[in-house]
Amino acid sequence: MSFEVLEPGMLALVQDAGRYGYQHMGVTTGGPMDEFAFFWANRLLNNDLNAPQIEITFGRFSLKANHDACIAITGGDLGARINGRAIEPWRTHQISAGDRLDFTAPMSGLRAYLAVSGGFKPAMKLGSCATVSREGLGGINGQGAKLAKGDRLEFETNAAFVEAFLPESDIPDYQQHLRLGVIPGYQYESFPAVQRMKFFSCDYEISQNIDRMGYRLKGDAIHSDLNGIVSEGIAYGAIQVPSDGQPIVLMKDRQTIGGYPKIGCLSALDAGLLAQRGPGASVSFYLSDVAEAEGRRMLFNQRLKTNAPGIRAD
Amino acid sequence: MKIESVNENTCMVYFGDQIGAKSAGLVKQASDRLRRDMSDLIIDLVPSYTSILVTWDLEKADRFAITRRVREVIDADDNNSTEDDSARIVELPVYYDPEVGLDLKDVCEHAGLSRDEVVRIHSEQLYQVYAIGFAPGFAYLGSTDDRIAIPRKSTPRLKVPTGSVGIAGTQTAIYPSCTPGGWQIIGRTPQKMVDWDSDSLALVQVGDQVRFRAISRDEFLELGGNLDEL
Repeated sequence: MSFEVLEPGMLALVQDAGRYGYQHMGVTTGGPMDEFAFFWANRLLNNDLNAPQIEITFGRFSLKANHDACIAITGGDLGARINGRAIEPWRTHQISAGDRLDFTAPMSGLRAYLAVSGGFKPAMKLGSCATVSREGLGGINGQGAKLAKGDRLEFETNAAFVEAFLPESDIPDYQQHLRLGVIPGYQYESFPAVQRMKFFSCDYEISQNIDRMGYRLKGDAIHSDLNGIVSEGIAYGAIQVPSDGQPIVLMKDRQTIGGYPKIGCLSALDAGLLAQRGPGASVSFYLSDVAEAEGRRMLFNQRLKTNAPGIRAD
Repeated sequence: MKIESVNENTCMVYFGDQIGAKSAGLVKQASDRLRRDMSDLIIDLVPSYTSILVTWDLEKADRFAITRRVREVIDADDNNSTEDDSARIVELPVYYDPEVGLDLKDVCEHAGLSRDEVVRIHSEQLYQVYAIGFAPGFAYLGSTDDRIAIPRKSTPRLKVPTGSVGIAGTQTAIYPSCTPGGWQIIGRTPQKMVDWDSDSLALVQVGDQVRFRAISRDEFLELGGNLDEL
């Protein structure tokens, strides 16, 4: 069973939760830019949480269903339509053989997740199908290619439609001003108090230079007492500050090690919220701690394990 | 040893701040032990010059449990016979010639040495693999003899051919794939550095040692070397 890509749009990638266990060889993890949306899409379908999905950035992505399927759409509202009829994100939908599914343009957020019941079945490379084009790994053929016109997205189950959705109160508002919690760490102590104050009080604008490796921000320059550091491992969400003083938040396709000072790190959930913002959006930072990040994540994981609210079999 | 939180499921283990054989040895020993004893909890390890980044499964342990276990495992006073403290030595054949060593002439001029001397100095040293990063399998080796040290190119190349052997400062490295890069290229190895379809995946690991062996053009070609630019 399969879908066929009619239009790949700007960037549509096969992603699972990521390629773990190879960072010591310099192989980055890849994986969903917005974990919250990705895991919920699988949860709504009662899939394995790691099941492969399609991450659609900006929209203009279209496919044709060759077979009936139950799908879930989460993340940014990219104006999804089935046969021209608008459908809502954060819920499951029935798609029938011959139907056309379009993601038009961003209404809110930047990246949508498309999951199918049972998950897509791409090639696995180093234990994962996460697409990292720079490394030539992942994707439907394992060679790192983004989706292209004519690609077939295979899946196995012809599951009966089960209605499931995320309650309104759980759905993130990607348009509100984003305040990101910073876990102080790495070279935090090497940023003088005045520089930290600037960092936590200034609004930063998301620049044009954003991709799956990193988000470059624009705002008050901040400086540490260090010129460089001994290269060390870079965690997901780490905030690197090069000599121009403009912070870069390192995302899923980041390099595994680097030698710029870092003022701290975001939680994975906050990094995911950042990934839903595009150029021009403003963000600010507040001093958080690892206990808050850990607590939030454990609650999220717990909620993923219990029944998705709103699930009901038809 | 210092253990510091980074995010909800990642911490850094620091073994000092000086690059050198001492911290490299501690990093290798600790990485081996963490892999051996904590593979049930650890998702990823990123060893580097003086530190190891540890990512774990938050479903199985919180940061307090991890910190305690990491400390116990690294500090354990065991002379376990399965522990291999001796570094593996990997020998890499290199064809040093301006034909593939795109910056070999510049390196010779900068050093004020003949080509033979630069090649001899580069290939007689035993190098430590301090870190892997930048690109998959890209190994940072140190340290070169000061006489052949040279800064990175002021304008990086858009494409450095696969297998290129370069120098930057007192570090040397092999480009495992064709990527942009600013290191001064002095030769090329026919040896495949990464192969995701083989069991070995990457030829060298952090903690290994590397020695270069100068080879002729004929041997380079015999070993499957490619003279093309890319």
